[in-house]
Amino acid sequence: MRDRTTDLAIETSGLVKIFGENRAVDGLDLTVPAGTVYGVLGPNGAGKTTAVKMLATLLRPDGGEARVFGHDVLREPDAVRTRVSLTGQYASVDEEMTGMENLVLLGRLLGHKKPAAKDRAMALLEAFGLTEAAGRQVKTYSGGMRRRLDIAASILNTPDLLFLDEPTTGLDPRSRNQVWDIVRIVVAHGTTVLLTTQYLDEADRLAGRIAVIDHGRVIAEGTPGELKSSVGSGSVHVRLRDAAQRPEAERVLARELNTQVHLEADPVALTTRVPGEDADAGAERASRALAALAAAGIVVDDFSLGQPSLDEVFLALTNRPATDQNAQEEAA
Amino acid sequence: MSTTTTESGTSFVPAAETLGAVLAPGARPPRPSALSASLTFGWRAMLKIKHVPEQLFDVTAFPIMMTLMFTYLFGGALAGSPTEYLQFLLPGIMVTSVVMITMYTGVEVNKDIEKGVFDRFRTLPIWRPSTMVGYLLGDALRYTMAATVILVVGLVLGFRPQGGVAGVLAAIALLVAFSFAFSWIWTMFGLLLRSEKSVMGTSMLVLFPLTFLSNVYVDPQTMPGWLQAFVGVNPISHLVSATRSLMAGSPDSGEIIWVLVCGAASIVVFGALTMRLYNRK
Repeated sequence: MRDRTTDLAIETSGLVKIFGENRAVDGLDLTVPAGTVYGVLGPNGAGKTTAVKMLATLLRPDGGEARVFGHDVLREPDAVRTRVSLTGQYASVDEEMTGMENLVLLGRLLGHKKPAAKDRAMALLEAFGLTEAAGRQVKTYSGGMRRRLDIAASILNTPDLLFLDEPTTGLDPRSRNQVWDIVRIVVAHGTTVLLTTQYLDEADRLAGRIAVIDHGRVIAEGTPGELKSSVGSGSVHVRLRDAAQRPEAERVLARELNTQVHLEADPVALTTRVPGEDADAGAERASRALAALAAAGIVVDDFSLGQPSLDEVFLALTNRPATDQNAQEEAA
Repeated sequence: MSTTTTESGTSFVPAAETLGAVLAPGARPPRPSALSASLTFGWRAMLKIKHVPEQLFDVTAFPIMMTLMFTYLFGGALAGSPTEYLQFLLPGIMVTSVVMITMYTGVEVNKDIEKGVFDRFRTLPIWRPSTMVGYLLGDALRYTMAATVILVVGLVLGFRPQGGVAGVLAAIALLVAFSFAFSWIWTMFGLLLRSEKSVMGTSMLVLFPLTFLSNVYVDPQTMPGWLQAFVGVNPISHLVSATRSLMAGSPDSGEIIWVLVCGAASIVVFGALTMRLYNRK
């Protein structure tokens, strides 16, 4: 068994990183128990990647403290490096080399002798469905294959802590599901995963606990259930057959759900948030609203109850949507 | 080929058993030695040459062009005949070509540093400079190739070194060793500057005066005093003198020591600056 100096995989207090005028990470406090998936949720520019880079010893913090399995990232970087792996937002593999060469290179750098490195590379390519592509340059791989090779490279020496920085951004739904399956298997084998994401849905499916970060600081923390109930259970999207019935539908929904109804640019579409302490209560209210629409003789083509989006979480937590903030960050 | 890409890209379903088997915590091997890690990165540089062989153009075509151009351009005017001039020029043109090629090191580092793979290297528990040493080991091979190409062209054109095989080999070894040491200035610029273009521009700015304001083409005696002073302290002049002396079979130990000390100083100063930048990137 691997020794665990502490039951905490990550512990940060008041972590700060400043780039010029921009306080990218501004007093970040995180406590990540070992053996779980911990989600870090936030919009672009919230400081997720910067925080991960400091924890992976790629960036030096400007203030505060960070420990990985009890090892200080500044004072004992090599002790941290032996226990973590990072799969960054952009594939951390060499595009000009083949999949096999990439894994053998890393195996050698991790101290395996050449035959052992080759065996290990072959087993990993097999397990990640890349055997056929083993001899091809990575630049010919699809996005999903690249991401899988990247994760394979990260578990070459099974790490105690794996950083996955937005692992599904830019992937098609199928590849995204593959990555989710892989993450579940990796965690089941005892590796702690720190997952950053922009999607509440993703954090909800994988993570045991989630920290929502904004402007480099944690603004909410808890289980996915706690987080969602603080936001409301989600929103209802309705599409009507006939645009002329929209004003009537708006009245019915407002009455049934007792909330403000938003009229979309599409003349047959309406959206509204569903109040409710949890998903079940929300679903019940939504189905009552659907029945009321039918009773009023309104023809509904599409009716869906979605999970609250990151935007909605942000709106509830900060009273300002995540997307607006993106625009601000870019302007700044 | 493209159908295979799509297929293996979508039909894969992660299986708990096969993945579980590779995740079983085997004993972690001890971290590789500094030498082993450096050699592994050197192997990476070789693989790059294998996958992009076009990059060898600059170590073959460029040196041949330099040798032919200067031998026939200046030969008649400066030494009576190209063949006679070649006896003087060849060691110098070899030094010029190889030292010119060193600038590609910076370009390579700069291209790589933008890529995600660098982040992975930097999170590995290995001897930190090994990534950079690996580049330079790959480059040392390129330097050797360029020197060999020039030697062969020279021999064909009538270059007859008095130092024999041993003298020529020693000269090339000294040249490659110095270039390895000198290249740390380019790893530094590769990490420091923002774009490939600025790395190229800076390299030219340094290399042109260093190689031309030297004793490569003509005897410095005819130059004005201030220029003679520069040529006298220019490390390239010393490298050329040392190389010439070895090829001529009369090794000038003073010049050779000068070159070795200069190379060592370059590793200490620019190596330290490179690693400082590498750790802060």
